Amino acid sequence: MLQFTEEHQMFRQTVRDVVQKEIDPYAEDWERTGDFPAHDLFRRFGELGLLGLEYDERWGGGGADHVYTMIMGEEVGRCASLGVAMALSVQTDMATPSLHLYGSDELREKYLVPAVRGEMVTSIAVSEPDAGSDVAGLRTRAVRDGDEWVINGAKMWITNGTQADWICLLCRTSDEGGYRGMSQIVVPTDTPGFEVSRKLDKLGMRASDTAELVFTDMRVPVSNTIGEVGRGFQQQMTQFQNERMIAAYQMVGATELALERTVQYLKERQAFGAPLLANQSLQYELADLAADLDMMRHHNWAAVAKYERGEDITREATVAKLKAARLARRMADTAVQFHGGMGYVEENWPARFFRDTRLWSIGGGADEVMLRTLARMNGIIGD
Amino acid sequence: MNVVVCVKQIPDPADPGALDPSTKTLKRDGKLILDESDSYGVEMALQLVDAAGGGEVTLVSMAPNSEVGGLRTALAMGAAKAVLVSDDALKGSDALGTSKVLAKAIERAGAADLILTATESSDGYTGTVPEMVAELMGLPSVTFAKSITIDGGAAKVQRQTEAGYDDVECPLPAVVSVTAGVVEPRYPSFKGIMAAKSKPVDEVTVADLGIDAGAVGWAGGGQEIVEVAEAEAREAGTIVEDDGEGFQKVVDYLSELKVI
Repeated sequence: MLQFTEEHQMFRQTVRDVVQKEIDPYAEDWERTGDFPAHDLFRRFGELGLLGLEYDERWGGGGADHVYTMIMGEEVGRCASLGVAMALSVQTDMATPSLHLYGSDELREKYLVPAVRGEMVTSIAVSEPDAGSDVAGLRTRAVRDGDEWVINGAKMWITNGTQADWICLLCRTSDEGGYRGMSQIVVPTDTPGFEVSRKLDKLGMRASDTAELVFTDMRVPVSNTIGEVGRGFQQQMTQFQNERMIAAYQMVGATELALERTVQYLKERQAFGAPLLANQSLQYELADLAADLDMMRHHNWAAVAKYERGEDITREATVAKLKAARLARRMADTAVQFHGGMGYVEENWPARFFRDTRLWSIGGGADEVMLRTLARMNGIIGD
Repeated sequence: MNVVVCVKQIPDPADPGALDPSTKTLKRDGKLILDESDSYGVEMALQLVDAAGGGEVTLVSMAPNSEVGGLRTALAMGAAKAVLVSDDALKGSDALGTSKVLAKAIERAGAADLILTATESSDGYTGTVPEMVAELMGLPSVTFAKSITIDGGAAKVQRQTEAGYDDVECPLPAVVSVTAGVVEPRYPSFKGIMAAKSKPVDEVTVADLGIDAGAVGWAGGGQEIVEVAEAEAREAGTIVEDDGEGFQKVVDYLSELKVI
């Protein structure tokens, strides 16, 4: 069982206040324009020390325990734009953990420190038009030419892709094929040959810019390689753990808020001479969601405790990602249903919540990838 | 420049408070938080110390059960230290008793150039403590400040009025109450929260302050709460039917309120 300190609680309040004042009032506009000012917002978060909570103080981080990351995830998940929440988590938990763990001091000084301060916006570039969940299938290639990599290829579904100052690129650096011979490389987006070929028009998460990137004879110093050449896949797998956990933390916060808002609405909405919430069938469905939310939260806490002990949490992260996304989708479906016509129009939150939550069963490893991993872990395989 | 800020720790307004039926006062045995009204004074103090290029902000608070939750928030914002008066003898203190304690605690906090308070607390609302503290300390008092600048040994204050504001000036040290909403209180940063843990809180009793326990709390109170009653429910508003001249009725109503 996790113990929350007074500092943890105070930190939760800070993040909640920041979200309510710096994101929520602007969320409608950002959703409409399909963009948000990442540099301005991230700088604000950076000033408050929110972008490198667990990172070493040497790189501007807070040296915090993982409970703070979970709290931040839950509270950011309560914001009015899950797209912005996702964009923030790309900066903190998807694009930078490898650089922090494996990067050279020079690389961390040049790219991690400004990312932690919010002065640079970052992206993680793994998925390709022909290889998303199946990372082994990726084709973007870096060929060594002296002290430089010459990179050609394309990346797809890149969050923050139109605004990023650098990307953490996973690409092939040898002909070994499969999971071998990949490397992670920091690529500044002002490198000649880097192109945002298009901004993607998505079902949800519309405030977050998502791009397709094309690389043509892009030259980057070999010293921009994060960690060991050829160990990119393994390093990325570690980075994926952070991605899956932060998604699960955010979905707990998002579900919690959606539940609160739905209960509030049903208390106020009158039908057949009484508040809608007087209907036992509605009460029970929401109570059941509350029970699932409790279980989800406690699963996350167990994962956090294990992570803090330095143990492998592949299983916990996989379960968390799968179940938190499905819980949020169930909450979204229930919110739309219980709001009736009010939930089906864009002017009310359930419609957007319904579209946004759909992403988390696809992004960061689809449900089927999580299930595939779990099936193997449980010996549920038939050859 | 050293600034003392009086801050109150109150029950969280998000959780409906309850009155103790025997004492007819607000129950304060749960977790207490920083009164939002005081966050403006803390912010203004931090800005004044920054502008002066040196000095520190000290908090002074009176709360039951050694409660420091609200103080930690203000320390995380950037205050350097705090004096907390916590003593069972303080239960039932009225505004004058509170002022006596705060005045002594401010003296204990060290030589202050300026003492800031809110105009009133969000739970008690007497709105009289700042002036009484000033009187007890023999200091000038300025109320309802919307901005403060320090010029040599004087405070120049824009004092809010119904019509706008008055420019007033008084010598330092002085007690100035700060109107809510006039500055944007900073968020406690992650590093601020971590640092707050180790900032000193000097917890004292009334005896430590040289105050006779009989002069404060229920014993020293010059007030008695005779009866507590539910506030009357609000009456429904007036509905103006628009017969084509509805706007005029709205204009007349707003004029009557002196809003326009």
